[in-house]
Amino acid sequence: MATATKSLKKQGSELAKSNKQLEILSNGIFQNGELPTFKKKISETNQFPLKAKKLEILQINVGYMCNQVCDHCHVDAGPDRKEIMTRDTMRQCLEVIKNTGAHTLDLTGGAPEMNPDFRWFVEEAAKAGIKDFIVRSNLTIIRANKKYYDLPDFFKKHNVHVVSSMPHWTRGKTDKQRGDGVFDKSIKALQELNDRGYGMPDSDLRLDLVYNPSGAFLPGDQASMEKDFKKALLEDFNIHFHNLFAITNLPIARFLDYLIASENYEDYMYQLVEAYNPAAVENVMCTNTLSVSWDGYLFDCDFNQMLELPVNSKVKHISEYNEDLLEGRNIVISQHCYGCTAGAGSSCQGSVA
Amino acid sequence: MSKTYYDPADLRKFGNITEWSEELGNKFFDYYGKVFEEGALTAREKSLIALAVAHTEQCPYCIDAYTKDGLQRGVTKEEMMEAIHVGAAIKSGATLVHGVQMMNKVNKLDG
Repeated sequence: MATATKSLKKQGSELAKSNKQLEILSNGIFQNGELPTFKKKISETNQFPLKAKKLEILQINVGYMCNQVCDHCHVDAGPDRKEIMTRDTMRQCLEVIKNTGAHTLDLTGGAPEMNPDFRWFVEEAAKAGIKDFIVRSNLTIIRANKKYYDLPDFFKKHNVHVVSSMPHWTRGKTDKQRGDGVFDKSIKALQELNDRGYGMPDSDLRLDLVYNPSGAFLPGDQASMEKDFKKALLEDFNIHFHNLFAITNLPIARFLDYLIASENYEDYMYQLVEAYNPAAVENVMCTNTLSVSWDGYLFDCDFNQMLELPVNSKVKHISEYNEDLLEGRNIVISQHCYGCTAGAGSSCQGSVA
Repeated sequence: MSKTYYDPADLRKFGNITEWSEELGNKFFDYYGKVFEEGALTAREKSLIALAVAHTEQCPYCIDAYTKDGLQRGVTKEEMMEAIHVGAAIKSGATLVHGVQMMNKVNKLDG
């Protein structure tokens, strides 16, 4: 995989359009019956329709702008993306954050820190006292510009739980996926977070890493990968972290583009379908998560947000939020959902089965 | 009929061998699964051994399967290539050590 410098959207690629992606996911091997659709598969075990349970995780995407252009990015994020959450929408989110029954608030992007109102939003949201307040930080942002150098202190001040991507414990594999120099910057950022107490054994300042494969294969066993990551990062760089979340790449946006260009699409879909695990369906994250887009619309997950598949509910926007009305809604599905039910399952919190 | 001996799609049909001999097929797959479980050796170490043997056996299905398996376990390409060299060294060593047999024979017949 070669590292691009522009998003698919900026390149004017057909695959930047969600309807084009959904068309690919519904045609070919899923149309001719070679592989069962996700709906058919979950129907076999009487798990259709998937229903939203009680909300546990509120995930807010504060914008698609990012300092990196990672090969696999399902958001198609990059420096050229201009979709940024405004302070007005953040205010609407804060009203929900104050009243939600969710135990986890999860800020994502893009690089959430690049939103000009990010710090204001974190300061305000932290006041709500939600049990677990996550910011998905890509690590390099901490070293990208002087104005971000104090982020580790800022995170610590607000007791933010930092969750960061780290594709591998070696420079080669990391830079291949995320761009030249990303590994060294990430190591430096992790050391700075460790210096503040993040990720240290017995520390309450949580630092977790996210691993997702660099190519057309599924992640290995999460516990084994965590052991290997911990050993290598400690021996080579004296770095500590708490948990590793192994996440499967979903066949959408730039990863779908890569799968098609490298002629791996069909094999990858076969892998996902063959690894289908009904136990993972039980705990799939869309059943306890709600995803809010940069412009305030509601989705079952971040992937559905990128595919522009809104929640199947009367409530469509954060401004009309109603937790009771959203509970029990039917989850909107397509073939990309196989990514969350393969093997041990996959979610923004790692394995689920 | 296919015009080639090997078709990558056949690997997905490996399980079908049980259809024509269910008991033996199932026993094989049970054994196979057990062998690759974490034991005195880690599953990662076993994967690398399997990759090396896949090459000495020159089995294209096994090479596909254990290259992917290695990637899934975070095995690097340098580790994979070193493992293959181990297989190659044993394979060529096994050839060359028979040179002693040749030398013995020459010495006996023409010494």
